[in-house]
Amino acid sequence: MLGFLLRRLGAAAILVFVLTSLTFVLVFSSAQNAARNILGESASQEQVDALNRELGLDQPLFVQYTTWLGKAVTGNLGKSWTSNEQVASAIANRLPVTLSMVITAITVMTIISVLLGVAAAVYGGWLDRLIQFISVLGFSLPNFWIALILVLTFAVSLRWFPATGYVPLTRSLYGWAGSLALPVAALVVGGIASAAQQVRGAVIDVLEQDYIRTLRARGVSPASILFRHALRNATPPALTVLSLQFIALLSGAVIIERVFAIPGMGSLTVDASLSGDTPVIMGIVIVLVLLVSLVNLLIDLANAWVNPKVRLK
Amino acid sequence: MNAIPAIKPILTVRDLVVEFGAKGLKRRGFRALHGVSIDVRPGETVGLVGESGSGKTTLGRSVLGIGPVTSGEIIFDGHDIAAMPPRQRRLRNINIQAVFQDPYTSLNPSMTIEDILAEPLIATGSMSRPEALARVRTLLDQVALPSDAGQRYPREFSGGQRQRVAIARALALSPKLIVCDEPVSALDLSTQARVLDLFVEIQKATGVAYLFVSHDLSVVRHISHRVAVMSRGAIVEYGDCDQVTARPEHAYTRRLMLAAPVADPVRQAERRKAFEALATTS
Amino acid sequence: MSTSVSASPSANPSKGALRAVLHSPLGVAASLVLVVMVSAAILAPFIAPNNPGNVRLDMMNGAADASYWLGGDSGGRDIFSRLLFAARNTLLGALVAVGVATILGVTTGLIAGYFGRTFDFVAGWVSDALMALPSLIVLLAFFKVLGSSVYLSMAVFGVMLAPGFFRLTRNLVMGVRNELYVDAARVSGLSDARIIARHILLVIRAPIVIQIAIVSGVAIVIQSGLEFLGLGDPRTPTWGGMLQDAFANIYVAPTSILWPGLAISLTVASLVLLGNVLRDWMQKSSSGGHGARARARKLAANRVVTGQSAAPLPADTILSISDLVVGYETAAGLKEVVKGVSLDLKRGETLGLVGESGSGKTQTAFSILGLLSSGGRVVSGSILFDGQELTGLDEAAMHKLRGKRLAYVPQEPMSNLDPAFRIGFQLVEPMRTVLGISEAEARKRALALLARVGLPDPMRAFNAYPHEISGGMAQRVLIAGAVSCDPDLLIADEPTTALDVTVQAEVLQLLRDLKEEFHMSVILVTHNFGVVADSCDRVAVMRDGRVVEAADVNSLFTNPQHEYTKMLLGSTLENSTPPAYVPPSLTGVPA
Repeated sequence: MLGFLLRRLGAAAILVFVLTSLTFVLVFSSAQNAARNILGESASQEQVDALNRELGLDQPLFVQYTTWLGKAVTGNLGKSWTSNEQVASAIANRLPVTLSMVITAITVMTIISVLLGVAAAVYGGWLDRLIQFISVLGFSLPNFWIALILVLTFAVSLRWFPATGYVPLTRSLYGWAGSLALPVAALVVGGIASAAQQVRGAVIDVLEQDYIRTLRARGVSPASILFRHALRNATPPALTVLSLQFIALLSGAVIIERVFAIPGMGSLTVDASLSGDTPVIMGIVIVLVLLVSLVNLLIDLANAWVNPKVRLK
Repeated sequence: MNAIPAIKPILTVRDLVVEFGAKGLKRRGFRALHGVSIDVRPGETVGLVGESGSGKTTLGRSVLGIGPVTSGEIIFDGHDIAAMPPRQRRLRNINIQAVFQDPYTSLNPSMTIEDILAEPLIATGSMSRPEALARVRTLLDQVALPSDAGQRYPREFSGGQRQRVAIARALALSPKLIVCDEPVSALDLSTQARVLDLFVEIQKATGVAYLFVSHDLSVVRHISHRVAVMSRGAIVEYGDCDQVTARPEHAYTRRLMLAAPVADPVRQAERRKAFEALATTS
Repeated sequence: MSTSVSASPSANPSKGALRAVLHSPLGVAASLVLVVMVSAAILAPFIAPNNPGNVRLDMMNGAADASYWLGGDSGGRDIFSRLLFAARNTLLGALVAVGVATILGVTTGLIAGYFGRTFDFVAGWVSDALMALPSLIVLLAFFKVLGSSVYLSMAVFGVMLAPGFFRLTRNLVMGVRNELYVDAARVSGLSDARIIARHILLVIRAPIVIQIAIVSGVAIVIQSGLEFLGLGDPRTPTWGGMLQDAFANIYVAPTSILWPGLAISLTVASLVLLGNVLRDWMQKSSSGGHGARARARKLAANRVVTGQSAAPLPADTILSISDLVVGYETAAGLKEVVKGVSLDLKRGETLGLVGESGSGKTQTAFSILGLLSSGGRVVSGSILFDGQELTGLDEAAMHKLRGKRLAYVPQEPMSNLDPAFRIGFQLVEPMRTVLGISEAEARKRALALLARVGLPDPMRAFNAYPHEISGGMAQRVLIAGAVSCDPDLLIADEPTTALDVTVQAEVLQLLRDLKEEFHMSVILVTHNFGVVADSCDRVAVMRDGRVVEAADVNSLFTNPQHEYTKMLLGSTLENSTPPAYVPPSLTGVPA
């Protein structure tokens, strides 16, 4: 088990390194006119050169990269080019907001999709068709459009929830829940039905296996067959689906934060990308890659826990 | 043992060693064959019998050129085909064809029988399409399938009929040797006997040689002139069919023979006793 | 036993697919929507009532009128005309993304799947890495690098979508590559290029088309998202850009968020539905035989109450089946697989149920256990077990009998053990449920049983997972499980067919010994007359859902009555004499 963990950690480290290096080369090689952009056309060439020196852009790309990497491993991601804020602290302020939204969303999604998926697998019929219908609907309606409709209905017309803004959990649980209700709903509607459909497929696959018939022949109770044997064997494919959904939720959060004016990673990303704030973009990429690697690692561990064959590979 | 020793073998396998997963820096791979030697004469059937993991299928695949060869020689028609580069080997291999175990997966489900049979004829450049189609009709007749079978798809046929199609495909290029890998073990009993008879008939008519791989001693006995018994990647007994299958010398072959139940309660009771006695002594 | 054909599209994929789409109402509707959308995109300059850039100050967020059919946007421009032109830009962008993804993913997938090795490893790693990235954020990060050209962004997005195609193609190719017909093609002297063209592309074509439909939908949604965030080119109308404008004026003109949203949703939904129709068609055409589509959906078996009055049985008869008919629901109606079977089994007797595939022997056995695959049910007849009628029993009553009084040994040892649980648990759990004994007691019994069925190291087997033991050992474990609750009737379905012949002899011996030890009656389903001669007291020969002959084992072999039995016995090979070798040169046949 320890060997397995170390191997997965090693693989994750390589992934983080390769992706951040690649991003750095692409982002910084196109940012060589940054000083001119920041200072504007009216600035003198001396001022531009001075700023270039200050930002380190006068150095060869490789040197820029090693300098950045050296600082990044100590947690220093540099300064924003537009706001003078430390990138690390900007991200530290925004990340909890996005995470609280995405984690709530994935939790809601997991619970509902597993319940629906298992129910559809066991009972079939109209529930099955309903889930299929919703999943086509959820797939076709862009989440930001759903968000707009939700805002229009529940915030503008009915005034049940605030239309925009974010209340930290530390300030008020009630306010936090209220401010996240619509964003989370908009985020998960698209994914729940398709996740439920995949859970349904995984459970049906397991229920068709020979060993389920043998367990029934042995007198094992139907509840144990479904909740112990079938669910355990359906867990690995379901976990894979949820890990992909988690990544999709990170993307979705960017737009949803925009609609609801939530000060999270999404709005930080959009602002940085519109203004060409390269250090911030770099910081966001590295944090997200770390986050996704961490989630995948947890999923791998969970898989190894439920599936004894994985541990040997 | 050999009635006519003057006849030169069409296939000679000498000291064949096959290892799997030996590539790379890691530990030595799994050795599936430990230096196996066997020969097949023109028009002869050599049965290769053994249990799962004995290496019998590996040997067949190496001869066909779709399995690896670690060391040793495979001499076919005077040439060492194990040492040939793939392209040259592919041309040479036209003279070695195959019939596989599972008649359900050995035919492409989306091609008609006619296309399946004509494909090797046209692809190897030996015939034009009309010529090939004429040959297909002859082939279908040879394996006793109706002549309208050509326009149909594999799923419209039973297991035994599909195996006839597979045999026709193997015959299409008029090979000198056909490697048969468990060709009747997926078939029902009554079908099994008829397909085996077809193999014998075709051999009489065309003079093709068979390397006949099977786990079933009685199937091998029914069709073979000589038999090799394999266990754990080596041949433990090799010789005349009747002698090996009815009066085996090696303990493993005896065990194999006695383990297979016969369809006669009285004789089977005796065999069972003999098998149990063998198990306690060995 | 169902004979399922390997998964692949049927005879003539393109024609069949088209027919499938046209025969499904959803398929027709989805195709119509797509045709309308694409026509609108192509014909926009000719059919749009207004220039998309035309500004009418009086129509800023204005309601619909004769010229502006859907009203005006915040800039006073015609929403309807802009929708048409936006279709052009949005669909073209999606086309770029899907094109790049398909070409890149399918090519690399083919190479990786067919040739494998290093390329497969590297491509697989890159694909996993790409899939781990949230695509929208990557596109945002590279926004400055790519500039505001939508097409360049969508090409990059295509690269991010390629792993979907890569994985699909690679797995399909790997699946086909191991098919025997590809081996046969190689043996026939066909080149790799020809094999890929003839055998592999044919099979992967349909799934790729489905993937294209789905991915086109994803591309449209993501592209609209980018434009909604303001990352598009503000001069060209797009559905996402129109939504952004509507969002900014949501309090003034709330209805304008509807039109672009509807356009996106309708298009994407049509693509997905089209993909679903194609998928359903593929599943239908690749599944053959009954039961292939039958799913074990319901844990409760579909049993029909046929409850016939229990006629008194002779005391030494433990099981009496009369006029049993078993059928499966198929699209063409009820298909009978057992057509009126009558059997009697005496206490302590072993009854062989022998027949070829499709004879109904396994279905007869499963109906005794109440374990028919879903869609299957006892249509009529009676199964009387120890004085109790089984055909009318509900699942709960049946559940009480299974394990405790009725036991089952399956054919395929490996697939009949749950891979996620240790062997010990799989023995202990049923004993605790059925016998109500303590964990410790069940454990003690399980270890004793494992030793009894001949496992050399019971403790190790107890703690092992199924994949850690051999097939022969797994079958012994399954037999231990079957007898663990001391059943009265053991039903063994081809218990030795998957085993090597020497292991078969040992397992048959074990079954015979256990039968005496546990005072069981046994039904042994087999196709092998040798096994019948070895282990059975009585035999019933089945053919096409009926029993053609039933007799005690000695008379059946010495004096078979039915023609079919005689034919089967005549087909056994063991009395044959080996052929004599005649070299071809001596018979005049060309070598």
